[in-house]
Amino acid sequence: MDSAISDARTPLGASADNGLKIVVVGGFGVGKTTLVRSVSEIRPLNTEETMTRAGEAVDDISEVSGKTATTVAFDFGRITLDARNVLYLFGAPGQERFWFLWDRLFSGTLGAVVLVDTRRIDDSWYAIDRLEHHGTPFIVACNDFGGPAFAHSDIREALDLDPHVPLLDCDARSRASSKQVLITLVQHIKDQYTGQDRSADRAPRADRATQADLPRQEFV
Amino acid sequence: MSRPGRDDAPDRLYTLTQGRTRPGPDSPFDLVTLVVAESDARPGMQSEHVAILKMTERPTAVVEVAAELRLPVSITKVLLSDLLAAGRVSARHPYTAAVPDPDILEQVLVGLRNL
Repeated sequence: MDSAISDARTPLGASADNGLKIVVVGGFGVGKTTLVRSVSEIRPLNTEETMTRAGEAVDDISEVSGKTATTVAFDFGRITLDARNVLYLFGAPGQERFWFLWDRLFSGTLGAVVLVDTRRIDDSWYAIDRLEHHGTPFIVACNDFGGPAFAHSDIREALDLDPHVPLLDCDARSRASSKQVLITLVQHIKDQYTGQDRSADRAPRADRATQADLPRQEFV
Repeated sequence: MSRPGRDDAPDRLYTLTQGRTRPGPDSPFDLVTLVVAESDARPGMQSEHVAILKMTERPTAVVEVAAELRLPVSITKVLLSDLLAAGRVSARHPYTAAVPDPDILEQVLVGLRNL
């Protein structure tokens, strides 16, 4: 266990008053918890949320006959940014049922990191599709598992990634590398909103309209 | 009086919240709302309320409270709503807006670079 990580009950400063969220999404074993642990000031904690289907106006309940609740477990860590701002990092599974809980858990999130294992790149498609659907800013980070390196252009093509979405390599075990992933995301969010402000009078979100026109039936 | 254990069947969760499975529709709590105790625990209080008041002597996020209590987030929010309504805790909600405040984003960047 990393000695830089203090006990889970390390308290926040008394002046902390603004919690912020960033979500790390990725398939099983892709290194979400590792990344969270690398930068967190507390040992990652685990909790869960349950969505009761009864009374919910949705969905594909017919496909899960007999199942009345969806439970999703997720990890999180914490970074005290300054006297007032505290960033919570959530490691969340990218599987389908998780997205039913996205709005309840992660509305208001600053943005997301899609953590990719280039040996199992298809695992990330669904997460990217859902983040685009929710309009959540995101970047893609490829965790280095020591396999052959892929050209970014190949990964972009395989993920059908919009050109403006940053893509970088990382080592989730490394604090410096994980920190760079978060900085890249927040810089991207900043650029995106600044850019939107500037172009608001002209063609707002034209890029997204184009994106929505792409055939993506397999994920709907 | 014996108290149910941590790993009891789901009925325990209903007992904790008097049958409510989710906070009211106007529940103000976000996952990262910071909760701060405004009073000490009193004898006779529900044990989960006592635990919450103790752990929120310093600001503590809803999700941390849930993890510590080993309860689902929605159940934790019910318990917190009760304490908030009774004035026993206060809540510091995240500054959320449709578009993030550029000043806050800059503060996040500075904080991350200083890690």
